[in-house]
Amino acid sequence: MIDILIAILSTIGAFAIFFASLGILRMPDFYLRLSVTVKAATMGVGLLLLCAAIIFPDISVSTKALAITFFLIITSPIAAHMIGRAAYFTGTPLWKNTIIDELAGMYDKENHRLRNSDEMPEPQGEEDQIADTEEETK
Amino acid sequence: MTLETYFDYFILPILTISVILVFIRLIKGPKVVDRVIALDLIITIGIGIITIFTIRSNQKVLLDVAIMLALIAFLGTVAFSFYNRKKRR
Repeated sequence: MIDILIAILSTIGAFAIFFASLGILRMPDFYLRLSVTVKAATMGVGLLLLCAAIIFPDISVSTKALAITFFLIITSPIAAHMIGRAAYFTGTPLWKNTIIDELAGMYDKENHRLRNSDEMPEPQGEEDQIADTEEETK
Repeated sequence: MTLETYFDYFILPILTISVILVFIRLIKGPKVVDRVIALDLIITIGIGIITIFTIRSNQKVLLDVAIMLALIAFLGTVAFSFYNRKKRR
């Protein structure tokens, strides 16, 4: 009975990791790739660690598995936020079929602050970062 | 089919194929940030592989390595983005 439970959990976890890696290979844009990796990989590794915690009847393994899961869930959104912000500042282009880039012209390029919407100039003067061709982001 | 053969012939090959797919992105990624998130994902999948190997080899000590890898992956990504912000300034 518990073998079936472990088999189901590990299968879901392995497929979550597999879909994350498929997404990072096939998605057309850096930001879409980033959104795929964090969620799926965290869920997959969490389920595999849950399998280990169920199999070993030992409290040290459960504590370590809980610690790793907690650490991944806490830190991976922070890392994704920081790397996405750095990517936007360094001018990584968006996908060419992106409908709207709401951050275009809103960032102060000098001190990296987000401007207030009241003191905004009209946004159509600024150029956005949406790519023109498919090859720029591929 | 026992659980051991299931781990050996189904779960571990899927994780290995995942690492190979991410490695293609690591090689061809057009920008540096693509490579950074690919490396981050490779280390995260490595934690999963270490977990399965812990189950198969019955060595509980190997989970400590997984804790170390989780720490180092986060620090690497954050350090890169911080350095990138400093460089632009």
